[in-house]
Amino acid sequence: MIIQSLDPRVNRSKIDREKEFQPLEQLDQFETYEVFHQKKRGTQHQHVGIVHAPNHELAMMFAKEQYSRRGQCVNLWVVKTSDVYVTDYDDADIFETTPEKKHRDPESYKVMDRIQAYKERQNA
Amino acid sequence: MEYTEKHVLAVKELLYKMADDQLILGHRNSEWTGLGPILEEDIAFSSMAQDKIGQAHALYQILHELGEGEPDTVAFMRNAEQFHSCHLVEIPIGEYDFSLIRHFLFDKAEQIRFELLGNSSFEPLAQVARKFRGEIKYHVMHADSWVKLLGKGNEESHGRMQEALNQAFPMALGIFEEGPYEEALQEAAIFEGEKHLRALWLEAIKPVLQAAHLAIPGDVDDAGAFGGRYGKHTEYLQPLLDEMTEVFRIDPAAEW
Repeated sequence: MIIQSLDPRVNRSKIDREKEFQPLEQLDQFETYEVFHQKKRGTQHQHVGIVHAPNHELAMMFAKEQYSRRGQCVNLWVVKTSDVYVTDYDDADIFETTPEKKHRDPESYKVMDRIQAYKERQNA
Repeated sequence: MEYTEKHVLAVKELLYKMADDQLILGHRNSEWTGLGPILEEDIAFSSMAQDKIGQAHALYQILHELGEGEPDTVAFMRNAEQFHSCHLVEIPIGEYDFSLIRHFLFDKAEQIRFELLGNSSFEPLAQVARKFRGEIKYHVMHADSWVKLLGKGNEESHGRMQEALNQAFPMALGIFEEGPYEEALQEAAIFEGEKHLRALWLEAIKPVLQAAHLAIPGDVDDAGAFGGRYGKHTEYLQPLLDEMTEVFRIDPAAEW
């Protein structure tokens, strides 16, 4: 028996391929929101990616599905990408530092993060 | 209180209609996968469709523990007239406006039903109802967000949402079609009944529709909404079942 399918994924195989399709204008899309998630209360939120959305509320809805589904999450932030104030890559030299000032770099924090993560794994 | 045979029948009837609604709507909504309006919405809507099928599975599992068939057999081996789904969930997905309004109307009812069932005297169902609370809360938040945004959006979006509501609202009343065991369910504190649920649902959808500048249609013709709970279905259910079960029926005994 051949079923007259109501499923558009089946129906669309009949789309007229000769027809010209106009792609969307580049700006005819929702703007992007940056998504930050928090794994545990008290820990820092981490940037996990972006979503396109028509407003903050739906950005949150989309972020929930896209970024919290595969791991633990207790809280989300979404921020309009256009609200993020950024440095210019041309000014990247402001981050350079002279070798004799290395003692001022708080690099041990990174080591502490790794030690902390190791401890948590041991306790898990 | 001790359940009599009638109470067990009542529980089964309740479980079947809930599970069948979720399975059929879950399948319908999954038809948007790959075709959603934007990638993010496609992912969210597909994921919620999967949630629904997962919820249906949990309810079929309880039925199995009450002596009914295996969940897969029950889901895939019945014909339309053996289903208890309401007509609302059977209708094709239509345009996205219709699918969103159906999602809004159905999920709100589902949320309230599960809240009530969280206190059911039938503990296996009460546990399942509590387990899915967060999942359903998200579905309702998602639906509310879209309905409010598009209802107030522009003339076209408002017109489409109102039109979809006019079409879906009478059908949604079929969710609350009373079964043969309403009294037994109430007497044993299993469930407060469809009438009670319907009243709570009407109160719950009003503020959202108001915020969305949408109006519940007056002069509702709901004649086509009923019969699903008794095995009378729309012409759309059997083709859906044929398609949904096509692979399963090739070899029902296959291990997946």
